[in-house]
Formats: sequence, C-alpha cells, structure tokens
Amino acid sequence: MDIETQSEIPSMINSDPDLNRDQFLSFFLDGEEYGVDILRVQEIKCWENATEIPNAPEYIKGVINLRGTIVPIVDLRLRFGLEPVEYTKTTVVIVLKVISAERERTVGFVVDAVSEVYNIENGLLQPPPEMGDSLDLDFVKGLTAINNNMVVLLDVDRLIEDEAASSSHELH
Amino acid sequence: MSIDMSQFHQVFFEESFEGLDVMETGLMELDLGEADVEEINTIFRAAHSIKGGAGTFGFDDIASFTHVMETLLDEMRSGSRDVTREAVDLLLTSVDCLREMLSAVDAGDAIDEERKNSIQAKLEVMLANGSGTQPEKQGSNSGGTGNDHPTAGVWKIRFAPHPHLFRTGNDPVRMFRELEHLGELNTTVDTSKLPPFDELDPEESCFEWELELRGECSEDDIIEVFEWVDEDCDLSISRIEDKSEQNTDPENDPSISKGSTGVTEEKPEETQKIQQKLPATKKKASKKTSNENSSIRVGIDKIDALINMVGELVITQSMLSQISEKFMLEDIERLRDGIDQLERNTRELQENVMQIRMLPISFSFNRFPRLVRDLASKLGKNIELKMSGEQTELDKTVMEKIGDPLVHLVRNSLDHGIEMPEVRKAAGKPETGVLSLNAYHESGSIVIEISDDGAGLNTEKILQKAREKGLVGEEEELPDEKIHELIFAPGFSTADQVSDVSGRGVGMDVVMKNIRDLGGVVEIKSEKGKGSTFTIRLPLTLAILDGQLIRVGRHIYIIPLVSIIESIQIEEENCNSIAGKAELYKLREEYIPVVRLHKLFNVEPDSKKLSNGILVVAESEGQKVGVFVDDLLAQQQVVIKSLETNYQKVDGISGATILGDGTVAMILDLPGLVDLSKKDSGRSSHKEVLMAEEAVA
Amino acid sequence: MASILAVDDSASMRQMVTFTLKGAGYEVIEAVDGVDALNKAKGKKVNMVLTDVNMPNMDGITLIRELRKLPEYKFTPMLMLTTESAADKKAQGKAAGATGWLVKPFNPDQLLGTIKKVIG
Repeated sequence: MDIETQSEIPSMINSDPDLNRDQFLSFFLDGEEYGVDILRVQEIKCWENATEIPNAPEYIKGVINLRGTIVPIVDLRLRFGLEPVEYTKTTVVIVLKVISAERERTVGFVVDAVSEVYNIENGLLQPPPEMGDSLDLDFVKGLTAINNNMVVLLDVDRLIEDEAASSSHELH
Repeated sequence: MSIDMSQFHQVFFEESFEGLDVMETGLMELDLGEADVEEINTIFRAAHSIKGGAGTFGFDDIASFTHVMETLLDEMRSGSRDVTREAVDLLLTSVDCLREMLSAVDAGDAIDEERKNSIQAKLEVMLANGSGTQPEKQGSNSGGTGNDHPTAGVWKIRFAPHPHLFRTGNDPVRMFRELEHLGELNTTVDTSKLPPFDELDPEESCFEWELELRGECSEDDIIEVFEWVDEDCDLSISRIEDKSEQNTDPENDPSISKGSTGVTEEKPEETQKIQQKLPATKKKASKKTSNENSSIRVGIDKIDALINMVGELVITQSMLSQISEKFMLEDIERLRDGIDQLERNTRELQENVMQIRMLPISFSFNRFPRLVRDLASKLGKNIELKMSGEQTELDKTVMEKIGDPLVHLVRNSLDHGIEMPEVRKAAGKPETGVLSLNAYHESGSIVIEISDDGAGLNTEKILQKAREKGLVGEEEELPDEKIHELIFAPGFSTADQVSDVSGRGVGMDVVMKNIRDLGGVVEIKSEKGKGSTFTIRLPLTLAILDGQLIRVGRHIYIIPLVSIIESIQIEEENCNSIAGKAELYKLREEYIPVVRLHKLFNVEPDSKKLSNGILVVAESEGQKVGVFVDDLLAQQQVVIKSLETNYQKVDGISGATILGDGTVAMILDLPGLVDLSKKDSGRSSHKEVLMAEEAVA
Repeated sequence: MASILAVDDSASMRQMVTFTLKGAGYEVIEAVDGVDALNKAKGKKVNMVLTDVNMPNMDGITLIRELRKLPEYKFTPMLMLTTESAADKKAQGKAAGATGWLVKPFNPDQLLGTIKKVIG
C-alpha cells in the first residue's frame, strides 16, 4: 500500500519510510493551513461531480468512481462547519486512506488548495489545546509552527469516524 | 537446493479441509457392522493424504494425530476391526479436532494441545483394545541392523542379481555409482553364468559382480544401496579390514542412521536448515487470517472456454478497428454487425467469468448430515435427512453468506418442527420425521427449500405472543400467512422456543436480515400437523444484475429488473390518499402504496404531481409497491459495487454501479425503501395503510 | 532433458514435487491418479515414473503393474511414494514391478537425491 502511495506522488516523498514518518502534506481551508500524514495520501485529483448519496450528512458530497471503486467525497469546510464556497479551479480532492472501525477505507476530501510537504520533527508537535465541550477537536492530532504560521495536523482516522455519531452532533 | 515449502501450505490446507469433508461425509454414510470396503478406503485415502502432506510440510502434530486415525481406518479397511458406532463417533470427533488443528495452523495460532492429546489418547486406547494389530510406532526406522557406525575399512561385496532385475527398472551401474559415493570402488565382473550366445536373452541379467569398497561407511550404508533389490539378488557383504580406532565422531550418526531414504550424500547442516526454516514461515503465516487470500479451484475446461472467448473478442476488435480505419458510410452495416458481435462476445465472456465463481451448493449442504445426526440424537428424535439438487450452482460469496441462515433454519425445523417419536406415533405419523433440503434454479435465482413433515407453525401461539409484545393489536385478525411472517419479527420468540438447540439468542429476524442483505427473500408455507416449508430465493450472484435505469430530477437510480412487475403511466383518477399521509394507487382491482423517491431521498423531481410521472410497480417481500419516478431510461446489466467498502450502508440503497459515462449511480433496495417510507409517514399512519389495504381487499 | 511422470492425488504434494523437479531441470508430466497417469504415459516415453500409492480410481501399485505391461515401460525406473508403516505395500509394489520407493515424509533434497540415484 505504501509503495503504491509513493509511486503516485514520487516527487513529494522520500523513499525511506523511516524518514517519512513525520512528513505532512499541507493544504488550505478558509485561510488556515492544515496537514495530514503523507503516508495516508493516495492521490490528489481535481474536483469532479459526485453522485449524491440519499440522506447523507451535508458534508458528504457524494461518491465518485475512482478507477472502478466507489469513493465517498467529504467537503472539509462543511465537515468543520465553515462557510461553503463555490468550487474553483484550485479546488482539489485529496484522496486519503483512513482506518476506522478496524478497516481501511479510501475517502476523498475537498480542500481549497494543496500547499506543501513539510518535515516536522517530533519535538515540535504540540498537543491540541483543551477547548472545553464547545468544540469537538477529536480530529486534531497536534499543532506546529512553520515559518511562524500555525499548521493544524489532522488525525485523518477521526475525520469520518462513525458517521452516525458525527451526524448527531454535527459541527455547525 | 533450498525450497520455500510455505508456498505449498495454502494448497495443503485447502485440500486437507476438502479431505476432512470427504472423511466426515464418508463416516456418516458408513453402515455399522458391514461397511463397504471401498467407502472405508475413500476415508482412509483422505486421512492418508493429510498425513503425508502434514509430514512433508512440517506439521508434525497433525501428522502424528492423523497417523493414529489412519491406523484405525486401516484396520477397518482390512476387516480386522468392526465398524462400530463407538469407533465412528470417535473418528468423527477426531475429524473435528483435526479441522480445528488445521484452522489454527492456517491462521498461525497454536493448536489446542490438550484437546489433541486427549482425543489421540482415546484413539490409541481404542487401537490397543481392539481386535486389530498394534499401531506401528511413528518414526521407526527400517533396516536398522544396529551396525550403523561408519568406520573406515574395506568391504567385500558379492552381488548376484536375479535374471529379472532389469524388469524392475533397476540398473547395477547406478548402484555402483551410488557405492562410489561411499568410497573407492573396484568392480570385477563374473561372466561365468553367461549362457551361450544363442540362448542369450538381452532382457535378463546374467552377470555377477565382486566389488571391493574402500572407505568410511557402515554396513547399513551399503545395504541401503541395495535396499530396493533386496529380493532380486543374492548379496553378501563382508569386511576384510578393520580400523575401529578411526571411528568417526558420533555426532555424525543421525545423518546416516536416518537414511532409510537412501540419500546418503545429504549433509546434516542442510537438514538443520530446513528444520530451522519452519518456525519462521509459521510466524509469517500468522499475520493473515484464514479468510483472506481465499482461493477458488477452477476446472481447466472453464479456463479453456475463457481463453477461447478472449480469442474471439480479439478477432472482433481487429475487425472493428479495420472498419474504422477507412470508414465509409456503406460500411455502416458491417459496423453494426461488428458491434453486435462485440456485444455477444462481451456477454459470453461475462457469463463465463461469472461461472468461475459458481460452486455447487453441496459445499453448503455437506455439513447437514452431520448436524442432523448429532442434533437428532441430542433431541431424542428420529430424523431422516433427504437432500436433492446438491449440484445446483451459486456464487461463492452467496454460498458463504447463506451458510449460517441455513443452519439456523435446519436447527429450527429439527427443534420445533419435527415432533418426538411418541407424539408422531400418537398423531398417526411414522415415528421417523423427514427433513428435506432442496435446491434448484428458477428464473435467474437460486431457490433453497427446507421442509419438514412436523407439527407446522402454531398460529394461535404465535398470534398470542405477538399480541403480548404489542406487534399485533388485541382485536386485529390476521390471515395465516401474515401470522407465519411474524416469526421473523425482531425479538420475537415463543416461550418454549428457547432451548439448548436453537434458542441461542439469535432469532429468526437475524436469518431474515441475512437473507435480505443478500437480496433474497424467505417464504413460509405451513400447515398444522403436516409440516412447514421455508423457501429461500436468492440471486445467483452478487456481482451483476439486470437493472432498469430511472430518473428523478437530475438523479439516475437503478431498480433491479427482477423485482419490477410493470411500469405504468399514472392516471389521476386512480390516485387515492389517506389522511393526507399515505398514498395508494388503484391498479386494476388492487390498491398499491405509492413510494415517492424524491421525498424519501430529499431530491428535486421534475414534478411532484403523480400524473406527470411514471409508477414502477415492483414486488418487495411479497408486497406490491409503486415507485413514483419522473422517467424510465434504459435497461442494462450493471456490475454491483459496494458502497460499504469505503463508506457505509445507506438506507434504501443496496449498492452502486458505474454507468457507461463513468459516473456512479445508486441501486435501489426495495425492501429498504418500503421501510424508509414507513418511517417517513410514521408508524401510526402506516397502520392506517395496512388497515385500509385490508378494508379494500 | 530427462522427463518424469509425477502421479499424486494430493495437489500440494504434486505441486511440491513438480516445483522441486522443475527447479532441478527435469521435465515433469503431472497426473492426478493412476488412470490419468496411464493415459498420459501411453504413446510416449518418460525417463522415470514417480507415483503415490494411495489414490482414487487407480492406485499406484496397479499403475506400476499396468505400465510394466507396456513395451516402452518395460525397464523404466518407477518409484513409489509410500509411508514407513506400509512395509507390505513395498512388497506389493516390488511384486508389481516397482524399482524402489521414497518414504514419506520427504523433503525436496531427499527427493532429488533419490531421483539422481535412479536416473542420474
């Protein structure tokens, strides 16, 4: 699986898995920068129309055909309760492997734009702050500063964890 | 030469599990007292193969366990041991134990030593007490004369083959070469027995040899070279010089004393290497669970058919590209022919590829003789199992998933259906009850029937229970079929339904759910005092279906063609509504509940007015429903893709497919839609619909 | 290249034997039982036959006896794969015309060693 991942975006990835442990792909969402573990990135593709799933939560935009498999698409803005925007040319879908309920799934996430690949050393990762009950920050793995800008590292496995539960306490 | 033996393990496990099934079936069918030798032989052979493979691939526990079973079977086969019920029962238990051991090893887990040892001990006790011969000790060596210390010396060997030696395929020259491996060899031919030329038969051996071997070897080493021709020659070996002080290091002994195989040049390090490899491969295997990586055996004929079809496809393709190269309008006819041919090729290819996944249902039925036998004796009932249509084929995945529901239904029939012998006798029935399993194909589905000649469903008790649970109103009367269906309601079980056998906390509702998940339906026919029949209808494959594409607004959905009865233009005067909540459509003499897709799925249709659209009348679990859509599109075969692989189950949707333009379309799940619409209009109004239905009926 | 007819009803054993023999450069013809082997043996000549004893349809001993009747198999080395406990099988096999035997369980090295002994 890892090999597959690497072959698809070779320029961004160092071939030694040990060195990759702390590499993150960052992207923009409503002016903020977020990061995801690069080993989970399967591919990055342009937004294309998805087939809607009846009665799905609003942040599930539907499903697409990714080389013969059916892959759900999550709008991260809506998932985070941010204002929706029109999809533009820079709107991309990051296809990630997520592991939840002991199985691996492939899920696409719509973000505003992809930014860069960073190396983050272990010591520089801060735990997420306690925000009380008002904010559900389960999916935040930690915070780090890159060139004085805060980057929020996401725990991708928590992004779609148990839709039934997440739709009951939706974020907006 | 080092070969990774673990590459053969999977095949070994698969054939061993098949062998165990053969043993189980065979044991069940043995006639106590006077068993057929060929039947025992079949069981013996299966055990023998498992033992051989287990020994070869390094599963020593399994090999030694199977060895004891094999010995017992061998005694039965040779007639020196009677086929007693006790022996058959013990062998069946051993088959179970062996299956558990194999599963454990396959999954990389440790085997249950305690269980294995206790059953093996029972087998050994039976062997020791029986009329048969004593079991041979595993691992005993042949040809151990005790003179196995290799010492340097000179050996004198006289080798006089009998005339027929060549006809055993043996050749003295090869044996001499073998001896040369042991030391320096001098040969002298004695031609004194050579007959006169005119009597000479070139196919006979008539030479004798005097050999002198100088080297470090034992007498056993030499005997071993001649092991195969022991009875085809006169052989004498003697030592003419002894240098016992040159005894080699005793550590080398094992490599030579084990040499019953005749591989004298084998080096001890090599043996060790192989032995060391085994734990490592076991560890590797433990990473996977036994279900993954499952494979299917396909007959060569099926593969050949596929290759033929691909060949035709290639021809069609080249024909089409030829036409397209210089296309003229008058070629249109040829183009059409070509496309027709392509369609035919594709369809045939598809059918044949699907065929690969098809297995006879006997794979699933095979467990029932044992199950029925065990259960009947536990319940104290006399039950005869009749099976038919075992060769009916269905998709492997469907087969795997239908196993548990079938077991449940069979248990249920044995437990609650068929009565105790005395009860049957009192009712004027034969004391032995009959349970029948039948399978057949019918219009694109596989039908499995489980019927018994027992007491039938007790409608009064079911109705009473349903009333207690509030599933049915106090005054409400239901026809028998509706009462029968109540046993599939969630949480429904009559008081005396909880028993050791089938009351394991799993209700019939789970059976229903499993079958529905496979896109199947269950019907019950039951007559008091005569028995019950459960009929399961399943799609042949989960991979493909014939679909009707429909449109609601800008959305395209697919309805399985098999469930569509008809599609009609809606006429205003036939539309009825009840309390503004439920809608019914009068189709000829029937009132059909209307399901509005746009409402259930919360999407924008072309029009919400019924008379502007089309009603697709379909059958869902024996009930007709009308699905209101904007338009009917094409009918086509679609490949079913799971939504659950990367997403989750969606109410009213059974899966998705990819259309010709690459977009995804949802496949509708009619029973799920009906449930959704019931939820949508609320429980109370649903009841009104039901009552209204009865009122008009 | 020497050719060997390998007969075994067990797919895993057959695979192991074939894999080992092919790896050592032999040409291998596989058969699943005696009947299959006899059909495959007829009209062609192999350098050696390697057969399991216990098999459905036709066992290894019958196979050897039948093969020996064919002129082209009169002197062909034929080995049977047998278990240690089957001393009587060895005798039966010899009587049917078997050249020798290989005792199960065996590993690839033992297999090749024994075959070298027979066809060099």
